[in-house]
Amino acid sequence: MQTTLRVRRYNPDNPEPKPFFEDYHLELDPSDSVLDGLIKVRETLDDSLALRCSCRGAICGSCGMRINGHAALACKTKVVSVAPLGGTIEVEPMNNMPVIKDLVTDMGPFWEKIRQVQPWLRPAEPAPVTEFVAPPESMRHLEGVMSCIMCGVCVSDCTVLEVDKRFIGPAALAKAYRFVADPRDIATSIRLETLNQPTGMWDCTRCMECIQVCPKGVGPMDRIMALRSMAMAEKMPDTCGSRHAEVFTDIIKHKGILDEPMLAIRTFGLKHIGRLLDMLPMVIQSLFKGKVPWSGPLHRPISSIQHIQRLFKRVRTKS
Amino acid sequence: MNYAFFPGCVSKGACPELYQSVMQVYPTLGINLEEMTTVSCTGAGVLQEKNEKLGDVLNARTFALAEKRGFPIMTICSTCQGVMSQANHRLTTQPEYLQEVNEMLQEEGLTYRGTTVIKHFLWILLEDVGEDVLRANMTKPLTGLRAAPFYGCYIQRPTEALGFEEHPDRGKSLERIIEILGAEVVDFPGKTRCCGFPILTINKINSLSMVATHTQDAKSHGADIMVTPCPLCHLNLDGMQSQAASQHNTSINLPILHLPQLLGLAMGMDPKSLGLQRNLISPTSALAKMNLSL
Repeated sequence: MQTTLRVRRYNPDNPEPKPFFEDYHLELDPSDSVLDGLIKVRETLDDSLALRCSCRGAICGSCGMRINGHAALACKTKVVSVAPLGGTIEVEPMNNMPVIKDLVTDMGPFWEKIRQVQPWLRPAEPAPVTEFVAPPESMRHLEGVMSCIMCGVCVSDCTVLEVDKRFIGPAALAKAYRFVADPRDIATSIRLETLNQPTGMWDCTRCMECIQVCPKGVGPMDRIMALRSMAMAEKMPDTCGSRHAEVFTDIIKHKGILDEPMLAIRTFGLKHIGRLLDMLPMVIQSLFKGKVPWSGPLHRPISSIQHIQRLFKRVRTKS
Repeated sequence: MNYAFFPGCVSKGACPELYQSVMQVYPTLGINLEEMTTVSCTGAGVLQEKNEKLGDVLNARTFALAEKRGFPIMTICSTCQGVMSQANHRLTTQPEYLQEVNEMLQEEGLTYRGTTVIKHFLWILLEDVGEDVLRANMTKPLTGLRAAPFYGCYIQRPTEALGFEEHPDRGKSLERIIEILGAEVVDFPGKTRCCGFPILTINKINSLSMVATHTQDAKSHGADIMVTPCPLCHLNLDGMQSQAASQHNTSINLPILHLPQLLGLAMGMDPKSLGLQRNLISPTSALAKMNLSL
């Protein structure tokens, strides 16, 4: 079918290096991948097009790029899935990382963050001659996260990295979880303490972009949520994030529904009174508009609160 | 069309205008709502950080109560929708897990069989009410109004749990509604991104940067207003917009409307009856474009 690949191009060696879109019209089979199309462009239409690829089978993780606005592996994305009737497919380099040329990005910052989480086993005993053996059932929960091929697709579409490049990001946090949850690793507390710091696990906004775009089903955000749960269970020093989750859960336990003012007051507490006072202009404005809900004793629990509390107790007992 | 109505904490709390506006618009659309008054919060993804199974048990209780009535659940919050869809997906795709959850519900006299359908008001408008009924109720089409859609993450991702495979149009449902109401869709890259609300208490600077980015972006694309089906997005995009503008040394002033508020305007309803005077960013100038005032 007749397809147009609209490729975002950039050449730093141009006298005035500015990104621009270039259209390539070509005939593609619906079963072709977007990578097949790009290779065809390079081989038949324009050999100056720069892209990175290797295995063509979603194993090497080299061909991450944005296709119609979402990051994906070009080799795993069929033309028919993004342009069922032909037409135009927009291809851009991955986001949240510097562009070297055309569709090739600099993965240096990505690897730097992976290194930050010390992605290697820290066991109790010295390294054995062969490998560290673990029973399969003790490792089964890590199968998904161990499928990560380090393609950078989750980092590309991370909404936090768009506004804060210091955030450690979904790939590094998923990799960190892989070792935190490894039964052979003994550095759990040290790892969690590091990840508990600003720019770590609590800065994720739970937007689920990483879950949606990951080509290998790693589910980075689910791993971040697991890290948060472990940090709270391990009684790591509290953060606004952990207090928010603890207080939220406690309010639901006692009222069934949310008491919003109380959530803010108890989350910030005296320790962060300044943060609470920061909210005042919005609170005063909301008060005048009749938008500040009842709180404390005036905020009544739902009528079936005993049912909710029994369920809380039952889950805790059975877990 | 009967629904078990799940209003969510925020429409009964900091966004009362959402509850008010949905109460105004639904009766003429052939919808009958029975409000669920004995159900708990979904957990909003926050309780799930502490204990996902606890969240699933609480939500399974809600699903079981709706199943008993024989009605689908109607939500008016992207976050409630997403959290419940994800819980329902886990429960209905893992029979052993459903059995484990049911064992905890049984002592409350409940069992969830896995048949409850959970639908956001946005989807109900297109899939159940239908375009014809909507058009028949449009006494004041929003001609000339330029509206930017803003979905909220939980009603966009993960698509597997949200039923996008069976309903591929859900991904563009807000744009479709804007078109039907006679307004012009202002497309901009941030429409499916994060509003920043979940990290407001954790990293306010990043949270406000998201507010500023999306509202400025929509405005630079020519939007008169932004419309959202998520009250949590509304709390940040409307409530924190002034502070976001200060953080970025600019002024934005983009009115953020709840979906039923926009719908009500197209149905010829008085803006005050839709609670528009409660929106922190005043919609006065956008209303003036439609010869309306507050």
